[in-house]
Amino acid sequence: MTKVTLNEAGRLAVLQEMRRDPTTWVLGEDVARGGLWGQYRDFLEEFGPERIVSTPISESTIMGAGLGAALVGTRPIIEMRIFDFVMCAMDELVNQIAKIRYMFGGQATPAVVIRMPHGMWRNSAAQHSQMLEAWFAHLPGVTIATPATAEDQAGLLVTAIRSDDPVLFFDPKDLWGVEGTIADEIQPIPFGKANYLQKGSDITMVTWSAMVPHAREAATKLTGDGIKVDLLDLRTIWPWDEDAVVQSVQKTGRLLVVHEAVEVGGFGGEVVARIIERLGPQSLKSARRLGAPRIPIPFSPPLENQIRVTPDKIIARVKEMMA
Amino acid sequence: MSTSDAPATNAGHNATRLMELFRTMVRIRTFEETALEAHKNGEIPGPLHVSIGQEAVAAGICANLRQDDRLTSNHRGHGHVLAKGAEPARMALELFGREGGYCRGKGGSMHIADFSVGMLGANGVVSGGIPIAVGAAQGLKLLRSDAIAVCFFGDGAANRGPFLEGLNWAALYKLPVLFICEDNGVAAFTATKTVTAGPGVAARAEALGVPATTVDGNDVIAVDETARRLVSEVRAGAPRLLHAKTYRWTGHTSTDPAVWRDQAEVAAWKARCPIANLEATLREQGIEPETISTIRTEATEEMQSARQTANAASWPSGSVAYEDVQDIGAVKPVAATGAQA
Repeated sequence: MTKVTLNEAGRLAVLQEMRRDPTTWVLGEDVARGGLWGQYRDFLEEFGPERIVSTPISESTIMGAGLGAALVGTRPIIEMRIFDFVMCAMDELVNQIAKIRYMFGGQATPAVVIRMPHGMWRNSAAQHSQMLEAWFAHLPGVTIATPATAEDQAGLLVTAIRSDDPVLFFDPKDLWGVEGTIADEIQPIPFGKANYLQKGSDITMVTWSAMVPHAREAATKLTGDGIKVDLLDLRTIWPWDEDAVVQSVQKTGRLLVVHEAVEVGGFGGEVVARIIERLGPQSLKSARRLGAPRIPIPFSPPLENQIRVTPDKIIARVKEMMA
Repeated sequence: MSTSDAPATNAGHNATRLMELFRTMVRIRTFEETALEAHKNGEIPGPLHVSIGQEAVAAGICANLRQDDRLTSNHRGHGHVLAKGAEPARMALELFGREGGYCRGKGGSMHIADFSVGMLGANGVVSGGIPIAVGAAQGLKLLRSDAIAVCFFGDGAANRGPFLEGLNWAALYKLPVLFICEDNGVAAFTATKTVTAGPGVAARAEALGVPATTVDGNDVIAVDETARRLVSEVRAGAPRLLHAKTYRWTGHTSTDPAVWRDQAEVAAWKARCPIANLEATLREQGIEPETISTIRTEATEEMQSARQTANAASWPSGSVAYEDVQDIGAVKPVAATGAQA
């Protein structure tokens, strides 16, 4: 067992899988020098420039070449550097990778992992801070991992790399430094299984990615105020653990979904809608979402803080729902 | 850049090879004419993009490929798929949307793939196959295979970013990719020269470090000889681009009567029909007219049989719509229905 940061946990997971399978390789900008975030540190020495390929700033081809290489039997990890740049590769992701297995009647399984460090991080402004995971939950043909802990970063990456499905892996870049403990041999963590962070009977709180630490802090403080939160980290939003949320809401009768992304059209809406569909509206005392207002992410710290979902905002929303 | 440097002679071509090239072109032409007729008759749903007039490019290139060489194509890809070795009956089943089609009725005309012969798929997005071919070559190189990747695209694709990215990438990593720009002069409904600056696709390739050759794409012998050289250079480990000048006789899709085209221009290109050209050469070489007409008859029978097979085949069952999506997080079929016409 080793105590590591989330960033290092991911690095060790990829290292383990690349040692296990010589057809696994990485392509993306600056990856041979360790990656923008150090998530591939020292890979070049071990794997050489054919398996840790620093590429031109050509997102369409980073994505599309990853697909092509998968179609001949290799297993590429496509590094997008920062999530927002995937917008330069949308045809290759949405029209090609997500469709190719279906459109070709199952002749191909594009086994790619697309790593996209996302979210707000040190005032990076509107083009380097977005959380648009909900867009991709809407896209058939892909799975979506949104880890928040070092353990999940490692275990979900192992699952992603071994999966024959295209996996969109949203690295939580604001959480690179959070620490956790991982085994010497990292085991895969199944997709679609929520992680229970706290048991409580008053309200169900569902969250993922960078909001997990904030939700935890809020839940702890709320316990002090006598409000017992049942807190679930979904860990993957496609598939997501509908059954766990249903069981929790059957117990609490209240559901709050918290995400960093814009509230309008966010994945929280899907969670709330499915739970209402399954349990019926009469079985819920309250169902709410908490996300960012529908504005781009501003640069200046006080402006960014305006839109950020914080533990205080979560506490306020829960208290409204308990009133 | 070597411009029109492909020999127009038939040196090195024996009659057997010429007959095979002829047969491939006739099969492509007949397949597409049959498909157009079936489409007009309501047997094929959706749009068809046919390549009538361009057959020499597909035939001449694919005659130089191994089965394990990989191919990506575009929306006008029937000829490429057929020339790479796919079966017309299974192609027809796909076009007709029936059970047994290459893509189980989920792709249709624009998305035919046959991985068993190295055909990695036609593509509904202009230039979509370029990064895929480049990556296939990179993967093959990583796997220490000596197979190559070949990528067909049209003149319109050279105005999209993936063309520039993909060629730069292939040159940078010295990847075995043969880029084929099948230049029929028109991007959908717009003359490409009216929307394209600079000296053209070959010059762009050269500027990106990919040696380019221009060839008369209606001369199948020239295409074949040029392709032989380029495939060998690519297999040695470097990308090449072939700019094949040709012409599309028809409109953009099967529903476009193409009245907008310059009819004198169409007539001039029809007079340069690649199939008729080769037929004249074959006759000059003493091939019996009966031998030639047998090839045509066999192609007609093959394609009519494919059409009949497709018309007689079942529609896919409703549950097929739910299959081949993904392993993890796949949705369950709801109210799967039976056959629907």
